[in-house]
Formats: sequence, structure tokens, C-alpha cells
Amino acid sequence: MTRRAIDQEDPDRLYTVTGGRTSADEKTFDSVSLIVSECAPTPGMQSEHIRILRMAQRPTAVVEISAELRLPVSVVKILLRDLLDTGRITVRHPSVAAQAGRPDPEILRQVLVALHNL
Amino acid sequence: MHSTTSDQRTPLRTTAADALKIVVVGGFGVGKTTLVGSVSEIRPLSTEEVMTQASVGIDDASRVRTKTTTTVAFDFGRITLNTSMVLYLFGAPGQQRFWFVWDQLFAGSLGAVVLVDARRLEDSWYSIDRLEHHRTPFVVAVNRFTDGPSLEAVREALALSPEVPLIDCDARERSSGKHVLITLMEHLTRTHDQSPAQESMP
Repeated sequence: MTRRAIDQEDPDRLYTVTGGRTSADEKTFDSVSLIVSECAPTPGMQSEHIRILRMAQRPTAVVEISAELRLPVSVVKILLRDLLDTGRITVRHPSVAAQAGRPDPEILRQVLVALHNL
Repeated sequence: MHSTTSDQRTPLRTTAADALKIVVVGGFGVGKTTLVGSVSEIRPLSTEEVMTQASVGIDDASRVRTKTTTTVAFDFGRITLNTSMVLYLFGAPGQQRFWFVWDQLFAGSLGAVVLVDARRLEDSWYSIDRLEHHRTPFVVAVNRFTDGPSLEAVREALALSPEVPLIDCDARERSSGKHVLITLMEHLTRTHDQSPAQESMP
């Protein structure tokens, strides 16, 4: 795999946080997968991992982590992959995203009811 | 121990388990962020995505300085729907390069809102074309800044099919933003009730 920065604007930082990796398994995380910490941060962990574990004490979407860490969504996915592989987080996957655009009518109905009640 | 500095985040409920997406597409300055913010329970957040594919036509990957990435910024808000469901609303610029990351970010979206400025309808042509291409159901909302062409005239100028809902809105108003989302959800329900054979039509 070639090593190259994935963002020309601040390559050094992005290179450092991802250890030079440029892609994660896109299937593992949706942009709105909800991340939940399964442990507390420990000393010596990478600072981005520590921040993610703190944020995800309550369920937190991948895009929210991206906004908070000021890192592109795909970079956050790489960081999440590390935490998932070591059992430090669990993922709550969006049900609709897995159904290729044919959402369950019951889900549509629930969204409509909730919007009416806003 | 916990700092109370800049962390203004409002966490989700611990029971949140299923997140849904709706994308608001529109040109610069048309009011996407305003619309998202009018219905969102959090102040809209911004972030960015990079295109992760290698660029087409560049075969020498070792040339590090070759520009092979596309960065696009977008913003989003969210609405807690019930104990388990959360709706994320994304504001996406409709320009060409954005569509490179559409699948990375918005695969599995329930549908889209095309927000248009009636004075600059041509800004929406490309987005409408791409949504049709992706077979993403959508509604069109005209953000009324001033009096402008009638909805009939807008429908004609955008060459919208009769089944695509077209409504006026005021992106600043929560009730109006809510109405736009409800219109989309009702459209989705109708589309869903139709024969699945519709899906295979080009």
C-alpha cells in the first residue's frame, strides 16, 4: 500500500493520527453509525482514541465525532476501526442504510409520527 | 474533573440505536444550514469528507504531490425522534465534486430535499439530475426570499415530474422546516406503497 497523505491541507496531522493508513473498511461504519464506548481511556492511548472513548460514553454518531475532532469522516473511521478491533467500542448500525434504500414502512410511519409531534 | 470549557455537545439518549438520514441539497447561500438549524435540536455542526478512491487517470501513485483527493465540507443537525430513533439532517452543496462522496456519506438516506432559490433555478438542475440518477426520492422546496415565479413556473423550469412534491418554504421558520420534512416523509410513504417494479425503471 502506498503511503500518502489523504488531505493536502494538513497532511502531517492526518498522517500521524492514522499511522499512514488511508482507508478503512467502508462497510464497517456508516456516517451515522452510533458508537458506544465499552471501556474508559487508559494512559498511553493515542489522544484521538481517548477523545472518542470519552465522547462515546453516550451513543455518538460517526459524523459527530468527525466534527468534534475536526477530522474527515474517513479518518475517523480508521481510528474507530482500531477501537473496534480491540473491543473498546461497539457499533449500533443504522437499519435503513443496510437495506439499500428500501426502508421498512413501519420505520417511515414512525418517523412521520415523530415529526408531527415535534 | 470534567471540564466545562467548550464542550457544548448535547449527547443522545443511552437508548439511541438507529440513526436515519435525510439530505438537504442546494447551492451556496440558498439556506441549507438555516433549514437544518430551524428543526435541529443541536446547533448545526460542520465537518468534511475526503474522497478515498484513487483519482481516475493517475497511474503513478508514488508521486505524493499529485492531487488525488477531493475534500468537501458539509454540515448537519439532528432530531431525536423517539427512544431509539435519531434523524440526522445533512446540508450538502450540490456542486459537482460533492457527488463523488455521496455514496460514502449518504448511502441509505431516506430521501432528499432540494432547496432552491427561485431566482437561481439553474443551480438546482445538476442536483436533481444526480438524485434521479441515484434513485433517491426527493421533494423540492422553494426558499422564498422575495416574490418570484409561481410554483407552476418553477416546476416547468426544473422539468419536475408531476409526482415530485414542490412546495414553498421559509427556511428560518421551524414550522416551515418541519412541513418540508413531513412532505418528504409522506412522499416516501406513497412511493413505497407503489409497486416495487417502479424501482427497476430507468
